[in-house]
Amino acid sequence: MTATGRGRSALRPRVAVLDYGMGNLRSVARALEHEGAETVLLERPAPDGQWDALVLPGVGALGDCMVGLRQSGLDEWIRRWIGEERGPFLGVCLGLQALFEHSEEGAVAGLGLLRGRVRHFPRDRGLKIPHMGWNSVRFTRPEDPLAARLEDGDQFYFDHSYYAEPEDPEVVWARTDYGLPFASAVRSGPILATQFHPEKSQELGLQIYQNFLHPLLPTPNLHD
Amino acid sequence: MLSRRIIPCLDVDAGRVVKGVRFRELRDAGDPVAIARAYQEQGADELVFLDITASSDDRAILRAVVEATASVCFMPLTVGGGLRSVADIRSMLQAGADKVSLNTAALHDPALLEESARRFGSSCIVLAVDARRTGGNGKWTVHSHGGRRDTGRDVLEWVREGAARGAGEILLTSMDCDGTGEGYDVELTRAVSRAVSVPVIASGGAGNLDHLVSVLREGEADAVLAASIFHFGTYTIPQAKDHLAAAGLPVRRPRRLPRES
Repeated sequence: MTATGRGRSALRPRVAVLDYGMGNLRSVARALEHEGAETVLLERPAPDGQWDALVLPGVGALGDCMVGLRQSGLDEWIRRWIGEERGPFLGVCLGLQALFEHSEEGAVAGLGLLRGRVRHFPRDRGLKIPHMGWNSVRFTRPEDPLAARLEDGDQFYFDHSYYAEPEDPEVVWARTDYGLPFASAVRSGPILATQFHPEKSQELGLQIYQNFLHPLLPTPNLHD
Repeated sequence: MLSRRIIPCLDVDAGRVVKGVRFRELRDAGDPVAIARAYQEQGADELVFLDITASSDDRAILRAVVEATASVCFMPLTVGGGLRSVADIRSMLQAGADKVSLNTAALHDPALLEESARRFGSSCIVLAVDARRTGGNGKWTVHSHGGRRDTGRDVLEWVREGAARGAGEILLTSMDCDGTGEGYDVELTRAVSRAVSVPVIASGGAGNLDHLVSVLREGEADAVLAASIFHFGTYTIPQAKDHLAAAGLPVRRPRRLPRES
């Protein structure tokens, strides 16, 4: 457990960034800190009650990701967090894919918190794979506070070969076209998850972290 | 629509940017963090740091530079130069790099591509290839050790192998064109782009904005890497994007959010 925040503050929401050995977690932690959170990298479940939000980042292979989550016991911890609606949850990239039931990537089972599966982009359409770079996003619920200040057509940074295919169209929060239209973000209960990397998407990406943290941030107190 | 990317490349030597960057707004032309921030402000799509000394002492310095850059730049950062092992790669990714580029080490030990792609994901692994023409009949060979040694390997065979082993992107430099300012090797870039299904970044030879257009359109590149035309202030990133857009190529225009009062 490594504290990366700039010191404990009663006013800063405390966010657990789950570290199961995959990818660049620091950028996620830095983006959260930039928007006012204190972050702690957690390698295994820690006592409840001290976290305001949970973030599951990750790049790499979903199979390794699921092994890491199971071995650390974080898989059950995430299920409880979401099942009991203890607070907001953000998944990024693999952190979105891991929420679904099944993935074609190594035929692995995911956390099963959202119904649907994860598929490889079609190989026969002349698409460059991975889908890498800045692509535009259409938000299905522009009135959602989590989409505050974002607009249809805003571009975010993607880097992935697999995409999620949710069974329930209601959970699709954003769509992007790459050979086919796919769910570039999903939202359900306490869950927001993006296939793109908001922490790599400059100002607009930071806005997503700001929106995510907004309900947890102290409101300005006039008596201060 | 997926945008074509414009990627400035910074050559870093012992933690300092060499090939002087001449931004008027910068007091210290050698500070990689300040330059990275300036490029972020201009709307560059990604950044590449190339460690050109790559001695082990400098690796620690580069790591610190990557950490400092990643704490002020929320954009994709690739680090290359002298990375030899899974441990080297992990160290750079942990410092805040999103991707690493492998060149000589991958030629020496191609299994490094497989192992690192398996550990960190193909999307983090860039295969950098230095290509030089042999004769005049559309053949190129791969050079290693910063271009000093001709391996004799055919470029198209090597990029196919590299992608099959797990590289998620090819950073292709034409040694014939690099530094000339006379344009990218369009023929080479198109041949590589058609040989692999992973994205290809064209590098070497940019002298004006039409060069970017031709390697993206006729060369079928997914991204362009350039150094001097941007570092010396000949063109800004927004000027380059205007030019590409006018030629009908999709580019990203960063939307600025109004400051909240």
